[in-house]
Amino acid sequence: MSEVDRIRWQCRRGLLELDLVLSAFVERHFDRLDARQVELFKELLEQPDNDLLDLVMGRTELADPRCKPVLELLRAG
Amino acid sequence: MALARREFDAVVVGAGGSGMRAALELAEANLRVAVLSKVFPTRSHTVAAQGGVAASLGNVAEDNWHWHMYDTVKGSDYLGDQDAIEFMCRTAPEVVYELEHFGMPFDRTPDGRIYQRPFGGHMQNYGRNPVERACAAADRTGHAMLHTLYQRNVRAGTQFFVEWIALDLLRDAEGEVLGVVAMEIETGEVLIFQAHATLLATGGAGRIFASSTNAFINTGDGLGMVARAGLPLQDMEFFQFHPTGVYGAGVLITEGVRGEGGFLLNKNGERFMERYAPTAKDLASRDVVSRAMATEIKEGRGAGKDADHILLKLDHLGAEVIHKRLPGIRDIAIKFSNVDPVKDPIPVVPTAHYMMGGIPTNYHGQVVVPDGRGGDQVVRGLYAAGECACVSVHGANRLGCNSLLDLLVFGRAAGRRVISDLREEPHKPLPSDAADRPLARLARLETQKAGESVAEVSAEMRRVMQTHCGVFRFPDSLAEGVKKILTVAERAQRTGIQDKSKVFNTARVEALEVDNLIEVALATMISAEARKESRGAHDRSDYPKRDDANWMKHTLWYKEGNRLAYKPVKAKPLTVEPFEPKTRVY
Ligand SMILES: Cc1cc2nc3c(=O)[nH]c(=O)nc-3n(C[C@H](O)[C@H](O)[C@H](O)COP(=O)(O)OP(=O)(O)OC[C@H]3O[C@@H](n4cnc5c(N)ncnc54)[C@H](O)[C@@H]3O)c2cc1C
Repeated sequence: MSEVDRIRWQCRRGLLELDLVLSAFVERHFDRLDARQVELFKELLEQPDNDLLDLVMGRTELADPRCKPVLELLRAG
Repeated sequence: MALARREFDAVVVGAGGSGMRAALELAEANLRVAVLSKVFPTRSHTVAAQGGVAASLGNVAEDNWHWHMYDTVKGSDYLGDQDAIEFMCRTAPEVVYELEHFGMPFDRTPDGRIYQRPFGGHMQNYGRNPVERACAAADRTGHAMLHTLYQRNVRAGTQFFVEWIALDLLRDAEGEVLGVVAMEIETGEVLIFQAHATLLATGGAGRIFASSTNAFINTGDGLGMVARAGLPLQDMEFFQFHPTGVYGAGVLITEGVRGEGGFLLNKNGERFMERYAPTAKDLASRDVVSRAMATEIKEGRGAGKDADHILLKLDHLGAEVIHKRLPGIRDIAIKFSNVDPVKDPIPVVPTAHYMMGGIPTNYHGQVVVPDGRGGDQVVRGLYAAGECACVSVHGANRLGCNSLLDLLVFGRAAGRRVISDLREEPHKPLPSDAADRPLARLARLETQKAGESVAEVSAEMRRVMQTHCGVFRFPDSLAEGVKKILTVAERAQRTGIQDKSKVFNTARVEALEVDNLIEVALATMISAEARKESRGAHDRSDYPKRDDANWMKHTLWYKEGNRLAYKPVKAKPLTVEPFEPKTRVY
């Protein structure tokens, strides 16, 4: 199964802001992510909507720095 | 093709606040209940609700349900059904306390009771002065509600089917609804969910507009299913708009920006609100501001290459004030409009927010159709609750915080009604052609040659709705809009997809969603063109006043022939005296 198809659906969220940020991110950057970054992105997608939005908008930081590089890409949009 | 079939006592389509409140009632009564959702339950759109849920607890200031009822009837611009409104406002404290017992982390007063704050339109003493009626969990009320209800459902044994999309209703020759046909998004597997009761809780349909605050999943699927089954949609012309959403994105810019001194400009750089509201200017009420913006755009003074938006200027406030008084606004503008408001104005446009219309139900959550003698007749086996339903408690205009309340009150009521309607008997045999409609829709997508692009058809639909059926409506534009939306609907019958794979095929799902959106768009445009008055959110340039003599009635739109019918507003409450229509002033 194509991983990107599954992930594209995981980017459908309850918050419009996340729909916009995540779908743009997948279209723009997904092809260039390496396997490890894909795993980290999937971990980020497990976050509840409001927490993920706070992270993306830079209002909070992750306790675990591993996802940071992918989060930075998301923030840069 | 013979489809695999599963049997339940009840199937609930939708896992937002309304679907999960209903499911909980059913599961706790030990019924076998399936809940289908396109996304994980706590990612339903209810998660976006921040403001709170309204109930006259009177924890902070004196309050009672009669005042809440008065506000809701008045807010509805007298299109709301007073029996349902009484039922909702009277039941509100009970369902809020119940949610508290379920574990909802409401904000507290110093002495430990649920804290309440004021919210627009909620008043003391029949409209006299604002009252604290909104119960919230920080700025995450919807999020907390979803998590609370989800935990509780898991405990009660509700069976969730996550990432399943319901396609169509199953009906037999007598018109009874026997369940739904649904597709698993991961595998493309299609299954029959047969049930004694089918409860639609699929949420709103804001995605019919180019500018909407709604998440992408809000495609009005329940409404599309109902329309295709030959049942009507009610009061679809009533959509609530917010004056300032980011152009092209829909993300809201708080009205606080204008409160702090930001103002609106047309393409000529003119501060046009001075013409429409010489005293209040940019601080005039929501409808006045929205109407002025729409008029500027209609008359060709909109900004941008398509002259289709307005500019919100705040750079004159200076970086420091923007940062201090309007935290987050700069980030939102940069992220969603690519504009730094410290230097440049933010492109904004009136943005669709909430759908007052929907699937007609009574206050027990039963779906109803006219009985031909001026009354209602229940559609056996079918129920609806939440934003997809039109009970109607919001009438022509919803009050803030009454929507989360609607989910709790009517989710529970519908669940209870399902239980009392349930018969101890085996499932009816399904007619041999029961699943033909959804299978034909899927087959068409497989075989369509030279199909219309889903993305193009839906973009055109959103553009037509925004231009011709927006926050302020003009007769010539509406008439043209009807023609255009009929053309778009024609095209929508020929959509095609390139990718025919079975697995997580987002393109197929989006094509199926467009089938639903287009029904909602047709209903909205055609109902709006026909209603020759202004009431609540339906605001017409040629009929600026409410016309109770001719139009105090609900619209019903039928897909077949785009036919319209009307039915009377229920002006009689259950136990109290009716509130007679008055001019709505605040
Ligand atoms: C930004 C924003 C802020 C808001 N703030 C408030 C507020 O403070 N107070 C208030 O009272 N109201 C507020 N509202 C309105 C309120 O949030 C919504 O009206 C309400 O949450 C809708 O809930 P629901 O249960 O009807 O549907 P939703 O929460 O939208 O859930 C719909 C469910 O149906 C599922 N679904 C849809 N179609 C299908 C299908 N075909 N097959 C399977 N599943 C399907 C979805 O997956 C989802 O689970 C706000 C709205 C917005 C946009």
